[in-house]
Amino acid sequence: MHWQNSRNAYGLLSIMLHWLVAVCVFGMFGLGLWMVDLDYYSSWYQAAPDLHKSIGLCLLALMVLRLLWRTLSPPPLPLASHDQRTQQASKTAHWLLYAGLFALMLSGYLISTADGRGISVFGLFSVPASLTSIPDQEDIAGVIHEWLAWALVILAGLHALAALKHHFIDRDVTLLRMLGRSER
Amino acid sequence: MLKKTIATLALGVTLISGPLLAADYQIDRQGQHAFINFKISHLGYSWLYGSFKDFSGTFSYDEKAPDASSVQVSIQTASVDTNHAERDKHLRSDDFLNVSEFPTATFESTGVKSTGDNSADITGNLTLNGVTKPVVIKATLVGQGADPWGGYRAGFSGSTSFKLKDFNIKKDLGPASQEVELILSVEGVRQ
Repeated sequence: MHWQNSRNAYGLLSIMLHWLVAVCVFGMFGLGLWMVDLDYYSSWYQAAPDLHKSIGLCLLALMVLRLLWRTLSPPPLPLASHDQRTQQASKTAHWLLYAGLFALMLSGYLISTADGRGISVFGLFSVPASLTSIPDQEDIAGVIHEWLAWALVILAGLHALAALKHHFIDRDVTLLRMLGRSER
Repeated sequence: MLKKTIATLALGVTLISGPLLAADYQIDRQGQHAFINFKISHLGYSWLYGSFKDFSGTFSYDEKAPDASSVQVSIQTASVDTNHAERDKHLRSDDFLNVSEFPTATFESTGVKSTGDNSADITGNLTLNGVTKPVVIKATLVGQGADPWGGYRAGFSGSTSFKLKDFNIKKDLGPASQEVELILSVEGVRQ
């Protein structure tokens, strides 16, 4: 398998980025839901949010890399068996996933940096605050973060269901292409 | 005739300005010489201080009859500030102050009992997080008198403690942090 994408196949880098982001998105959703209900004396009370923030910022870097890679090595063409509507729907869904994920990460960043504190990434370095003067910033960003997180996992779930539908019902290579194969 | 008029006027002035009625004071928001703070233990190892930035209130006070005094304060709970945005967000949530459902906390005095020359127990109803319970604020007159700008001011400090659970605050912060102390330092401008 090549690193780069070709006309008909995803390359290794795009495949790795896709699945890494997928694991992060669902993992972060679970971690986020779990950490906000932790007992004050839980040993995870501070560690879980620190982990959530650190992973979030790494994910942001990963997503920037993914967008860059997309321009350097465009994804393969849609399958010929997909009609116009399917192609349009999947394109829309993909861009909504990208936009939603960026907005989600931005809103999370704006919660934690609302008072000018930076975010420590695994204790290695700190990402400084930038926007701090939006009125009620941490509260508004918090509401947006929670709603966007639900919207994104639901959309990502539909995206996964659509891939399974293509695999098991249409019996095409949509899902297999993201696993590194270009024919059944 | 003139003499009589002057005498009447003088009497009238005495009557108006004399300390016959309890004066009404507005808590000084304009210059913000008023603070509603709280402190709670962190793990039993230190004190965490916080403040409500947005509140208003009035009191009436007569040094000749301090037991006839009264006070009303209304606090916008979303204005809680502990110098940490993430914590403040948490304090506003339904784990603590539940500010979207109960945006206002109030204190209304029901009785004042002098405990010394410049001190009193102010009993009243505190409404917080939708729960109303009587509390006693131990208050002290800090000072009063004319200010340099043509007004008249009186200032008090006071505090009261209560259990978080008594006001249906859900989050348990541990055995050392069951109680919070509310600390008021307010200056009123006579109206």
